[in-house]
Amino acid sequence: MAETAQMKVSDEVAIRIDNMNKWYGAFHVLRDIDLTVHRGERIVICGPSGSGKSTLIRCINALEEHQKGSIEVDGTLLSSDLKNIDKIRSEVGMCFQHFNLFPHLTILENCTLAPIWVRKTPKKEAEETAMHFLEKVKIPDQANKYPGQLSGGQQQRVAIARSLCMRPRIMLFDEPTSALDPEMIKEVLDTMIELAEEGMTMLCVTHEMGFARQVANRVIFMDEGQIVEQNEPEAFFNNPQSPRTQLFLSQILGH
Amino acid sequence: MSDTHAESIAFVRESSLPPAAPPDKVGGPLKWVKDNLFPTWANAILTLVALYFLYLLLAGSLPWLLNGVWSASSLSECREILDGASGACFSVLSERWHQLLFGFKYPSDQYWRPTLALVLLFLAAAPVLFIDLPRKMLLFTGLYPFLAFWLIWGGPIWGPIFALLGVVAGYIVYSRLVQKSFAMALAGGIVAAVIVWYVGGFIGEALRPASPLLEAIPSRDLGGFMLNMMLGITCVSLSLPIGIALALGRQSHLPIVKGICVVFIEFVRGVPLITLLFVANVMLAYFFPPGSGVDLFIRVVIMITMFSSAYIAEVIRGGLAALPKGQYEAADSLGLDYAQAMRLIILPQAMKISIPGIVNIAVGLFKDTTLVSVISLFDIIGMIRGPILASTDWNGVYWELFMFASLLFFIVCYGISQYSQWLERRLATDHR
Ligand SMILES: Nc1ncnc2c1ncn2[C@@H]1O[C@H](COP(=O)(O)OP(=O)(O)OP(=O)(O)O)[C@@H](O)[C@H]1O
Ligand SMILES: [Mg+2]
Repeated sequence: MAETAQMKVSDEVAIRIDNMNKWYGAFHVLRDIDLTVHRGERIVICGPSGSGKSTLIRCINALEEHQKGSIEVDGTLLSSDLKNIDKIRSEVGMCFQHFNLFPHLTILENCTLAPIWVRKTPKKEAEETAMHFLEKVKIPDQANKYPGQLSGGQQQRVAIARSLCMRPRIMLFDEPTSALDPEMIKEVLDTMIELAEEGMTMLCVTHEMGFARQVANRVIFMDEGQIVEQNEPEAFFNNPQSPRTQLFLSQILGH
Repeated sequence: MSDTHAESIAFVRESSLPPAAPPDKVGGPLKWVKDNLFPTWANAILTLVALYFLYLLLAGSLPWLLNGVWSASSLSECREILDGASGACFSVLSERWHQLLFGFKYPSDQYWRPTLALVLLFLAAAPVLFIDLPRKMLLFTGLYPFLAFWLIWGGPIWGPIFALLGVVAGYIVYSRLVQKSFAMALAGGIVAAVIVWYVGGFIGEALRPASPLLEAIPSRDLGGFMLNMMLGITCVSLSLPIGIALALGRQSHLPIVKGICVVFIEFVRGVPLITLLFVANVMLAYFFPPGSGVDLFIRVVIMITMFSSAYIAEVIRGGLAALPKGQYEAADSLGLDYAQAMRLIILPQAMKISIPGIVNIAVGLFKDTTLVSVISLFDIIGMIRGPILASTDWNGVYWELFMFASLLFFIVCYGISQYSQWLERRLATDHR
C-alpha cells in the first residue's frame, strides 16, 4: 500500500502494521493491512459496517489476536508473549463505544484503579492525577458518583480520563460518540479535539466527518477488511479516488 | 402539547411554571382498611374467609402454646399437671436444654468454651459481613479459626499455633514470589506451609504438656445445635472460595483445568448429599493413610464442602456470564493482568449478581447439616430422635422438640436472608 501524501508530525514511528491478516474461523476479516502511524498523528478510520474497523484497532492492543503479519507498537513487537501484551496495553489507551466504565466503582476509583495496580502509583498521587484529568474533561465535581449516575456524554469523558490516567502515548477510539445523543456528541468531540491539539497520537474509528476534517492528518477508508483509500482529509472528502469511497461518502454526507 | 390548546396548534410558553409540592396522601387507618381489605365485594369476602382461617389456626394453637408446662421432669408428670387440658410440654426443652445445644457427651463444665467461640464468631465475621468496618479487624478474623478450634476441641495449644505459623509462613513466601509468577508463588507457599506443619508436628509432640490448659474433647463428643452451627459455618466459609475457584476454572482456556472443574462439578451435582455422607463415614478412611485416622468431623466437612462448592460454582458462573464482555475488555485494555482483572473488576460484579443464589445455597446447606444424624452424629435432630425421644421420661414429645429445632434453624436462616438483602442494597451502585 502506497503511503500517500501525509503530514508527518514526527519521524518517530508509533505503530507499524505490516501485512497483517486476521480470520474469524474461516472468515477473512482483515486482509493484508499495512499501516504506519507516526508519533503525533491523528488518524480517522471510516468505512461501512462490518468492514473490520473495530477489529483493526482492537488488534493494536491485542484485544483481538491476528494470525499473520506483524504489529509493532512503540518498538515492541506484539506477540503472544503476555509480558509484551501487558506492556503495550499499559501504553495504549482505548475508549469504547459503550464506555465500559466499571459500575461498582466510583468515577475516581475507575480512574485510579489501573495506575495503582498496574503502574504501582501511590494512591494519593494516583488520585491527584485522576482529579487533574477529570478537570481536563470538565467533570471534577462528579468524582465521587457512580457511573450509573452520569449521562452518556459524561461517562464517555470519564472513560477518556480513565485512559489518560495511565499516561498513554497512543489513544484508540472505537466509535466513541455513536451511542450518544447529538447534544452529548459535541462535548465528547471537544475533549478529543483538545487531546489532539496537545499532540496525542490518535487512531479513531468514527463517522463524525466534521471531526475528521478538523483534526485528522489522515483519513483511512476501509471496506471488506482492506484499506481501500487513505489521504489527507481535504483531498479525501473533496476528491475521493476509489468508487467505493465515493459511494460511501455520498451515502453518509448525502443527507 | 397540542391537546392543551385544542383550538390552535401553535403554543409558546411565556412564563415557566414554579415547581409544586406533590399532592397530600389522604390517609387514616379506616381509609387504609377500606382500600386494602374491602375495596370490592369479592375482596371483602376473601378477607373475611382469610380472617376465619386465621381464627381457626390461632384458636387451635394459642391455648396449647400459652398453657405450656415448663417445670415438669417427665412427660407423665406433665400430663398430670395439665390434667386433660390442651397444652404443650415445654419442660422437655428446659430440662434437656444443654443436650439440645451441645449434645450429650460434651463435658458440662466446659460449655463456656463453645459459647465463647460463638460470641467471638460475631466479632470475627463482622468485618467480612460489613464492608464499612475498619479493615484492621480482619486480622482477628484470620486468627479466629485457630482460636475457635482450640476453644472447642481443646488439647495442647501447640496444634493450632503451628497450624497458624504454617499459614503465615506460606503467606510470606507467597507474597514474596507473587510478583514474579503466580503459579510459583502458590506452589512455594504451599511447600512452606507443609514444612512448618511437619516440623511443628514434632516440636508439638516434644512439648506436649502433661495436662493441657483446655481439656481435649474428641469430635465424637460434639453434638446438638452447636454441631449444626459448626458444620454450617465451616462449610459455607470453605465452599465460597472453592466455588469461586471452580467457576473460574470452568471458564478457563486451559483444557486440563477446565476439564477437572467440569467433571468435578457435574459429578458432585449428580450425587445425593446423603451418599456422600455415607462415603465420609465409611469409605473415606481408606483414602487417608491408615492410622492417620482423619477425624470424622473433618471427613463430613470435606463432603459437605465439596457438595455445596459445586452448587456455588454454578451460581457464580451464572453471574460471570451475566457480565457484559466490555468489562473484560476494559480491564484488559487498561493493562490489568488476569488475577487483577478478576479480583478487582469481574468477581466483585459477578458476586453481587450471585448473592441471592449463594444465599439460597448457604441456607440450604445449613439445613442439610441435619443429615449428619443419619451417620449417627448427634446434631440437634440426632439428639432429638436419639437420646431424648428414646428416654423413658420424654418418649412421645414430638411437637415441642421439633418446633424448637425448626425455630432455631428459622432464626439463623431468616437472619442470613435479611443480611443478604441488606448487602444487595448496600452494593447497589449501578442505579439502573
Ligand atoms: N467475534 C467474532 N466472531 C466472528 N465474526 C466476527 C466477530 N467479531 C466481528 N466479526 C465479523 O467481523 C467483521 C468485522 O467486524 P467489525 O466489528 O470489525 O466491523 P466494523 O467495521 O467495526 O463495523 P461497525 O461499523 O458495525 O462497528 C464483521 O463482518 C463481523 O460480523
Ligand atoms: Mg465497530
